[in-house]
Amino acid sequence: MKYLHLVLANLGRHKRRTLLTIASVALALFLFASLRTVVTTLAAAAQFGSARRLVSTNATGIVFPLPLSYANKLQATPGVEAVSWANWFGGRYGDNKRFFAQFAVDPASYLEMYPEIALPEDQKQAFIRERSSAIIGRRLVDIFGWKLGQDVTIQGTIYPGDWTFTIRGIYTPTDAVINDDMMLFQHEYLEERTGRPGQAGWYVLRIADGDQSASIAQGIDDQIRNSNAATKTGTEQAFNASFATMWGNVSLLMGTIGMAVVFAILLVTANAMMMSARERTREVAVLKTIGFTDRTLFGLVMLEAGLIAGIGAVLGLGGAKLLYKSTNFNAGGFLPGFDVTTSTLLIGAGVTLLLMLASGLVPAVRAARLPVVQALRRVE
Amino acid sequence: MPLVEIRAVDKAFQRDSERVEIFNALNLDIEEGSFTALMGPSGSGKSTLLNLVAGLDRPTSGSVRVAGAEVSAMSPNQLAPWRARHIGFVFQQLNLLPVLTAWQNVELPLLLTNLSRKERDERIRLALGVVGLEDRMKHFPRQLSGGQEQRVAIARAIVADPTLVLLDEPTGQLDAKSSQDVLALLRRLNDEFRKTIIMVTHDAHAAASARTVLHLEKGQLIERQGAMA
Ligand SMILES: Nc1ncnc2c1ncn2[C@@H]1O[C@H](COP(=O)(O)OP(=O)(O)O)[C@@H](O)[C@H]1O
Ligand SMILES: [Mg+2]
Repeated sequence: MKYLHLVLANLGRHKRRTLLTIASVALALFLFASLRTVVTTLAAAAQFGSARRLVSTNATGIVFPLPLSYANKLQATPGVEAVSWANWFGGRYGDNKRFFAQFAVDPASYLEMYPEIALPEDQKQAFIRERSSAIIGRRLVDIFGWKLGQDVTIQGTIYPGDWTFTIRGIYTPTDAVINDDMMLFQHEYLEERTGRPGQAGWYVLRIADGDQSASIAQGIDDQIRNSNAATKTGTEQAFNASFATMWGNVSLLMGTIGMAVVFAILLVTANAMMMSARERTREVAVLKTIGFTDRTLFGLVMLEAGLIAGIGAVLGLGGAKLLYKSTNFNAGGFLPGFDVTTSTLLIGAGVTLLLMLASGLVPAVRAARLPVVQALRRVE
Repeated sequence: MPLVEIRAVDKAFQRDSERVEIFNALNLDIEEGSFTALMGPSGSGKSTLLNLVAGLDRPTSGSVRVAGAEVSAMSPNQLAPWRARHIGFVFQQLNLLPVLTAWQNVELPLLLTNLSRKERDERIRLALGVVGLEDRMKHFPRQLSGGQEQRVAIARAIVADPTLVLLDEPTGQLDAKSSQDVLALLRRLNDEFRKTIIMVTHDAHAAASARTVLHLEKGQLIERQGAMA
C-alpha cells in the first residue's frame, strides 16, 4: 500500500495527541472487555451444573442446616443414585487479606459427586482416611505457597477457635466455573470438634435421569414437608443461578455505568479525531490539485481513523485477554473462570469498527467533497 | 493546434444576491512550448483563469480545451486523473504537506502513476536535481527557506512530466534573490526541457522572464510581447 506512509505521517503530526487518542481507545475497550467478562463469567456460573445434580437446602433459608438423618431418606428416594453433603465453614486465614472458601464435606461421596474436582488417587485416599486432613485448590498453592503435608491453621468464625488441617491433596478443577481456591475438609472432623453432630448445610444428590429432576425434587420436598425442617430442592443449575442472579443485578448496574463511561470516552475520542482532520483542509485541496481522487482522499482519512481505532483495540482487547489470562485473575475467588470470551472480542471488534466509522466518516466525506477552489481561497 | 484553447468563456460568481461577472466571451490560445505570464490587477480573474485551465473550476458557459480534451465537460471523477496526468500546479505558498519531507512531497504525483519504486526514485532525484535541491531531500518544509519550498513545489509540478505547468504568483512571497532563482529555474524549464508554462504574477519584473505577457483587465485579455522574447 503505497499511501500508507502518508497516513502514518499524518498520525505522527501531533504525536502526543495521537498517542493519547490511541490510549483512550485502548482504555475504553479494555474497560468494555473487563465489564463484559464479569457478565459472561457470571452467566457461565449460572448455567453451570449438571442437570443430574440436585441441591437440597433448608426451605427457611440456606443459612439454616438440615438434619444429617435425611441422608438415608434421600438415598432411598427412587431415582436418586448418590447423596453427599457439605457445610459452609467461613474461616479466616492469617491477616485475612485473601479470602477463600472452606467447606466441610463428606470426602468420599463428595469427590464422587464432583468428578470436576480432580486430584491424584493417593491424595484422594489420604483425604478420605485422615480425620484432620484437607485438600486445597491449585490457586491456594500459588497464593500461600502451601505444600502437601503442611499444617495450616484457620480461625473459625461460625465455629470459633483455631482449626488446624494437614494438607493431603491439591485439586485442579476440570471445569473453569469451579473455584480453584477452595479448601475442603472432613465433615466428621467438624462434628467431632463442635460436638454438634448430625447437621448438614445442604445436600447434593445425583439422579439417574436428568429429565426427571423436577418431579424428583418435588417428591423429596413433599416427602420431607412434615419433618421438623422442610427442604427446598432444585437442580444444581438453579442453585448456582440464584447466587449468580444476586450478583447479576450488581453486574448489570456495573455494566450499565461502565458502558456509559466507555461511550463517553469513545465520543471524546471521535471528536479528537475529527478535529485533527479539520486542520488539514489546505492539504486536502493541494492533494486534489495534484490529482488525488475524492475516493482516495476518503480512503486515506478512513484508514487513519481505522489505524487509531485498530491499534487502540488491539491494545485494549488484546491487553485484557492477555492480562487476565496471564495473571489467572478470578476476582479473589468471586469470578472463577474469568476469561475474555471470543464473543466479547468479536463485539469489541464491532465497537472498534463503529468507532472508526463514527470518527472517520464525517471528516472523510468532508475531505472527499471539499471544493478545491473555495478551500484555496480561504487561506490566501 | 494550440495546446490550450479557451473559447467564448463566461464566468460569473454569485456573491450574496449579486452576480459578479469575471469573464465575458473570453478567448485565449496558448501554444505548446510557450512561457506565458498572466498579469492584471488584483481581483481581475487571473487565478480563476488558471483554475479553469487546470479543471479546478468550471466556466459558466463556453469551452476550455487542453491538449485536445474538453476540460470544461469532464466529470470530477475524470478530472482528477486527468489533472494528475497533464497539470503541474504551484501556488503562491503552502504548497507542501508539512508532515512529508521534500522527497515525499515530490513523490506525491508519482504515487498516482504505475511507476515502480525504482522508477519513482529516479524521477524524484532528477526533479530535485533540476531545481538544485538534491541535498535537501530529507528536509521537512519547515526546515526550508521560502525559496527552497517553492523550488520543491516546482520539482513536484514537473516530476510526472505534465503537459502544462501552471503557477499562481509563485514568487509572490519571496525576496528578490529567491524570486530570481525561481524565475531562472522556470526559464530553464521552458528553454531546456520545453515545458509549457503559464504563470500568474502581478510583478512586471517577474513577467519579464516569460516569452509572452498577457494582461487581464475588466475581463479582457491584451497581449504584449515579453521583454526577453
Ligand atoms: N469562489 C468564489 N466565489 C465568489 N467570488 C469569487 C470566487 N472566486 C473568485 N471570486 C471573485 O472573482 C474575482 C476574481 O478572483 P481571482 O480570480 O482570485 O482574482 P485574481 O487572482 O486576479 O486576484 C474576485 O473579485 C473574487 O472576489
Ligand atoms: Mg489570485
